[in-house]
Amino acid sequence: MNVILSLIVSSVAVFGLVVIAFVGVWGAHLEWLFGVVIPYLAVITFFVGMIYRVVQWGKCAMPFRIPSTCGQQKTLPWLKRTYVDKLDNPVGTVAVVGRMILEVLCFRSLFRNTRLEFGNGQEIKYKSAKWLWFGSIVFHYTFLIVLLRHLRFFTEPMPFFVPIIEKVDGFFQLYVPTLYQSGLLLGAAATFLLLRRVIDGKMRYISLPADYFPLFLILGLATTGVLMRYVLKADVVSIKELTMGLVSFRPVVPEGISVLFYIHIFLVSVFFAYFPFSKLTHMAGVFLSPTRNVSNNSRIVRHINPWNYPVKVHTYAAYEDEFREKMIDAGLPVEKGAPEPAKPE
Amino acid sequence: MYDGGKIIAGIIIGLALLTFPIWYTSGRAAPKPEVKLPVKEKECVQPGPYMKKKHMQVLDLWRDSVVRVQQRSYVAFNGKEYDMSLQNTCMSADCHAKKSEFCDRCHNYTGVVPYCWDCHIPPKEKPEEKH
Ligand code: HEC
Ligand code: HEC
Ligand code: HEM
Repeated sequence: MNVILSLIVSSVAVFGLVVIAFVGVWGAHLEWLFGVVIPYLAVITFFVGMIYRVVQWGKCAMPFRIPSTCGQQKTLPWLKRTYVDKLDNPVGTVAVVGRMILEVLCFRSLFRNTRLEFGNGQEIKYKSAKWLWFGSIVFHYTFLIVLLRHLRFFTEPMPFFVPIIEKVDGFFQLYVPTLYQSGLLLGAAATFLLLRRVIDGKMRYISLPADYFPLFLILGLATTGVLMRYVLKADVVSIKELTMGLVSFRPVVPEGISVLFYIHIFLVSVFFAYFPFSKLTHMAGVFLSPTRNVSNNSRIVRHINPWNYPVKVHTYAAYEDEFREKMIDAGLPVEKGAPEPAKPE
Repeated sequence: MYDGGKIIAGIIIGLALLTFPIWYTSGRAAPKPEVKLPVKEKECVQPGPYMKKKHMQVLDLWRDSVVRVQQRSYVAFNGKEYDMSLQNTCMSADCHAKKSEFCDRCHNYTGVVPYCWDCHIPPKEKPEEKH
């Protein structure tokens, strides 16, 4: 699909979701559907789908080790291995865990991103390209912080870390209610990731609606959330009654919750239900990336392809036993000598 | 499944983390807080439902009005005039005199910690009445 069409399809899809929730609640008063039934269905879809995905991945055989390595492999004792080599070309579990931690928490493979450029004339240069890493880090961590702050709607009393996060996040004490930086940064980072796909010709070429849709969806989430908190305001006490009803399995739908909240929670529901079907599964998939999570011990341990079927073998000894006489007759060398001639009667 | 043990352990850890609110709540939602409304006064500076959502915006407006333009009088929705003051109007003896029975009940429930009390001093309450 070309870029214009992709952008139109995915943004209209998100806008359509907003309209559905708006009409459903404002026009048809389906508060129970949008506030209780759909969120439950979405969460069930999320968990069942993600577990199914992970189990499917687990069923894939890994016939051999395919770590992508950028360091000196463990070898002869006089070839030095620095700690970078040990992390990047891991042999044991500890090194693999270290590598996974760096990958999951610091997005190390993105940090290593390079970009091919022409220097003087035709000279080729690899330049470090950190913008993708930076945008992703900001995006994922602000997302995490927003999500953790949302625990104030889902726990009573709140776990100790929520007020701490709120305090740090609202550090600048701007505006009333206090501006949380993470909410705005999330929107900015998602916008950056979207523009990255649109502005760079190579990125544009490989981007599909499946790439744009989650970004638009998250932008929609952040926009409705920010509108609700800072501009149009919401009856947060009633909202918490609803959300606590959801997590305690005693759903209630209090009066006085604005349509905007139902739009927000509908986008959230679609987001979670969409997870297992989309690239967003990388949340679980990152832990199962074979190029990251296996140790490079191909020369130390024998790995047997689990797909091997039993092969019928015919060893040379058996072959010679079968054809020895014919081989001797033909003058071919044999290992064991001719059988003793049968005793004459 | 290959490496089944590790994968199942991963699934269980993931489930445990992501369902945190469910097992933390374990079927018992704390009741919605009941706030003590003023006995003497019947109307706030704006209608109740409006205040429920937007009291912080009203306070912000009052603050800016007093601190920046020296305008201290506020005409309420019912035509009454009020002095724009957090402690002396909102929290006067006839209205929300007790922070612990009004503001705090909602704010604790929803995890809101207004920093206003860094400077503003809420009206004194007798210790035994503290919630
Ligand atoms: C840094 C200290 C400080 C903080 C924090 C602070 N204020 Fe104030 N506030 C003041 C001072 C000083 C005045 C001026 C008092 C006067 O002139 O009567 C004032 C005045 C006000 C007034 C009008 C006068 C009155 O008597 O109430 C309001 C309303 C107000 N603040 C609300 C707030 C709110 C709401 C917050 C929290 C979001 C807040 N303030 C946080 C220091 C502070
Ligand atoms: C009906 C419950 C309720 C009552 C009563 C209440 N509040 Fe609030 N208040 C809230 C909620 C909920 C928020 C957070 C709103 C949001 O996040 O959009 C809030 C936010 C605030 C904020 C902004 C906090 C921030 O993040 O900067 C201030 C200031 C505030 N309230 C002052 C007061 C004062 C003063 C009182 C008592 C006179 C009071 N409120 C009583 C529910 C209440
Ligand atoms: C992927 C999940 C979600 C994202 C990215 C998200 C995003 C946001 C953002 C950016 C805000 C602005 C305020 C802030 O920064 O805290 C917000 C506010 C809000 N969100 Fe969400 N949200 C999500 C899930 C939910 C869920 C599941 C609910 C409840 C069912 C919810 C209810 C609310 C409410 C009530 C507010 C207003 C808070 C206030 O006024 O203080 N959100 N959201």
